[in-house]
Amino acid sequence: MRHRLAFLAVCAGALLAGCGEERPTTAYKQGKYQGKADTDPWAGEAFKNDKAAWENAIRQRNQAQNEYLRMGDGPGGKL
Amino acid sequence: MARMKFLCDAERCIECNGCVTACKNANEVPWGVNRRRVVTIDDGIPGERSLSVACMHCSDAPCMAVCPVDCFYKTSEGVVLHDKDLCIGCGYCFYACPFGAPQFPQDGAFGLRGKMDKCTFCSGGPEADGSEAEFRKYGANRLAMGKLPACAEMCSTKALLGGDGDVIADIYRTRVLVRGKGSEVWGWGTAYGKPDKPQQAPAQPGSKS
Repeated sequence: MRHRLAFLAVCAGALLAGCGEERPTTAYKQGKYQGKADTDPWAGEAFKNDKAAWENAIRQRNQAQNEYLRMGDGPGGKL
Repeated sequence: MARMKFLCDAERCIECNGCVTACKNANEVPWGVNRRRVVTIDDGIPGERSLSVACMHCSDAPCMAVCPVDCFYKTSEGVVLHDKDLCIGCGYCFYACPFGAPQFPQDGAFGLRGKMDKCTFCSGGPEADGSEAEFRKYGANRLAMGKLPACAEMCSTKALLGGDGDVIADIYRTRVLVRGKGSEVWGWGTAYGKPDKPQQAPAQPGSKS
């Protein structure tokens, strides 16, 4: 008898499992980004919301791609 | 700061695939997915050129326009990113992209197309910056570390420039002036639009045009 009750309880649980499923919560709006919000690159741990410091770092990296400056002979120099 | 752009100098690219390797390594891109690749134009013909191609993070990105689930967004720096949790892997973006940038890992049964993967300008995605989830889904977030994309920074001949559009355009302009040739920038017109032509005055009725 106990086994039968246990079996019925398991069956009922399996049957009702679908009832607990959550409905998708995405409220779709045509043409609008639907995903998670992203943060600015300067908002992380490295720059702690210091946008100017981040821009300086990027500016330096940008200029590191200019080999004329890296050689010390800038566009105003002898090239 | 202006928006982020890529620029590939065809006069300098030596087809070493260093950019491809750097991208694969930095982002741990899976086998079969190539966020960046080097293509050769007029292969075997005198004057052939090689170019490094990836997502150009277009000004008016066609992938954003065609996505049926609107999973694309553009950051304040002009980088086009997408949310992989929303992507359904339909492939519309691949057909719309003029650069063939969107990639689809075949990670399901029967060669099922997985969620789209593409160049993120090494700026991760919509997860916490530097988190494990961000790295797993989108790769490295070098921009949040104050660095530029690995491909551009790794380029040995500096054929591939990446960063602030105004700055890299200045670098390229200086180069063209010094060498006196090769002013054509492949893909820039397609990705970022052509400069506006001055408006011509409408022809007067009865006048010759």
